[in-house]
Amino acid sequence: MNNIFKRTVKDKAFKYIIVLFSFISVVPLIFILLYIFKNGISAINLKFFTHLPKPVGEKGGGISNAIIGTFMIVIIASLVAIPIGIIVGVFLSENKKSRFAEFVRTSTDILLSIPSIVIGIVAYIWLVKSMGDFSALSGGIALAIMMLPVIIKSTEETLKLIPDHLKEASLALGVPYYRTILKVILPAGISGIITGILLGIARIAGETAPLLFTAFGNPFMNINILRPVNALPLLIYNYAMSPYHQWHKIAWGAALVLIILVLILNIIAKIVIKKWKVQF
Amino acid sequence: MESAILKIENFYAYFGETEILKNINLSIFPNQTTAIMGPSGCGKTTLIRCINRMHEFVQNARVSGKIFLYDQDIYSSNPIVIRRKIGMVFQKPNPFPTMSIYENVISGFTLNGIKLKKSEKDRIVEDSLKKAELWDEVKNNIYRKGTFLSGGQQQRLCIARALAMNPDILLLDEPTSALDPKSTSAIESLIIELKKTVTIIIVTHNTAQAARISDRTAFLYLGEMIEYDITEKMFTVPKDKRTEEYLTGKFG
Repeated sequence: MNNIFKRTVKDKAFKYIIVLFSFISVVPLIFILLYIFKNGISAINLKFFTHLPKPVGEKGGGISNAIIGTFMIVIIASLVAIPIGIIVGVFLSENKKSRFAEFVRTSTDILLSIPSIVIGIVAYIWLVKSMGDFSALSGGIALAIMMLPVIIKSTEETLKLIPDHLKEASLALGVPYYRTILKVILPAGISGIITGILLGIARIAGETAPLLFTAFGNPFMNINILRPVNALPLLIYNYAMSPYHQWHKIAWGAALVLIILVLILNIIAKIVIKKWKVQF
Repeated sequence: MESAILKIENFYAYFGETEILKNINLSIFPNQTTAIMGPSGCGKTTLIRCINRMHEFVQNARVSGKIFLYDQDIYSSNPIVIRRKIGMVFQKPNPFPTMSIYENVISGFTLNGIKLKKSEKDRIVEDSLKKAELWDEVKNNIYRKGTFLSGGQQQRLCIARALAMNPDILLLDEPTSALDPKSTSAIESLIIELKKTVTIIIVTHNTAQAARISDRTAFLYLGEMIEYDITEKMFTVPKDKRTEEYLTGKFG
């Protein structure tokens, strides 16, 4: 009797501990969100999104150049990383055992864990030095290198789950292999692939280190991809390091904007998984 | 004697070094159902996958010998063309999950990039579903996803999808092994109906099913074809001892 009582208590305690630790793990997130919200919200108004930064000492000013710059860099990174990532993901899921695939798979894993600052330096040497100037393009490509393994992994994992008999159904109808991949396999995995893309974008949107060497930052509006641009993380970095209170406020505001962007991407990814999921 | 639609001559199949099929010789006759039966692992599935060259997608698979569709050597033709003439239905129903019933039936055309008029598509879809005896059950839900259907209906949808291409031969790879008895009997009566328009080769490990629906039966054992005869003859007076033992349930 006593033994059973003990076991019940242990059982209960175990369950509570699990819940407790799960809760502890979200506490930092909640604090970060609350803190940034509290500090950032006062900076945000319509002008914050439409105006350029003002020189030190003047009140007001916005971050429109950083928002546009972030979008430019993210779009360049996506244009480079999405097609290549999906193609490589298809290759890996189609060639599970070949030696070359194994080599690519391992390389992807390594690429995923390379520190972002290293990627920034490499992009600086390859692109910035050879083009002679900091630019949105080099920033986009640096971030594309960071995004690539995320998309490759998610595409591969998604396509691996698609049953082989679906591919066979298509091939048995006399459909050529490439059309089978494009019209049957990729559409069946679309939710996972899009989720991977969104999470990839969320990952790079807040990356600062590679941009320090590539996009560099720019106090003015610039939409030429061959010239330096500002970006939200760069602006946060520069303004938060400055000695001016007014700039700190703008940095908080920019941090809030960035976090909300990333949150929205994550929420859309969740919705896509739910709504577009294909039942086999 | 009618002339054969499909002739398999001195046919061997290998996966790597393993010999799966040994010297198969078989003639399939038009508008008949030919059953290929035998215990698990005897190479029945490999044999029909060689007929439409689906086995090629397995690494290290190779074959020797010849298969003729009419007078055309299958192994010196383009596999894509062969697969459009020889349809296949698999063990597990596999409608395309992203497509509606309508799109599934017409998928042989759309996936191959063959453009058809809307009216022509409608006709092919209706005809094929009627041939597969599914039309009455789905005609009001034709734009719903094919995966919402029951297992038996999905399998008939897959048959309709194969029939839409108007194949000369329909290969069925244990089409009822994943289905309940009621769906099985629906598929069986469908097969009997279908042979009026198409030649059927069905793989089965169920001897009773072979007896019910086939005109001829081939018995495969360990990669060899032991016996091939008119079904009635084989089931009443098997020539080979192994066939008799398999039919009476001594192994398999």
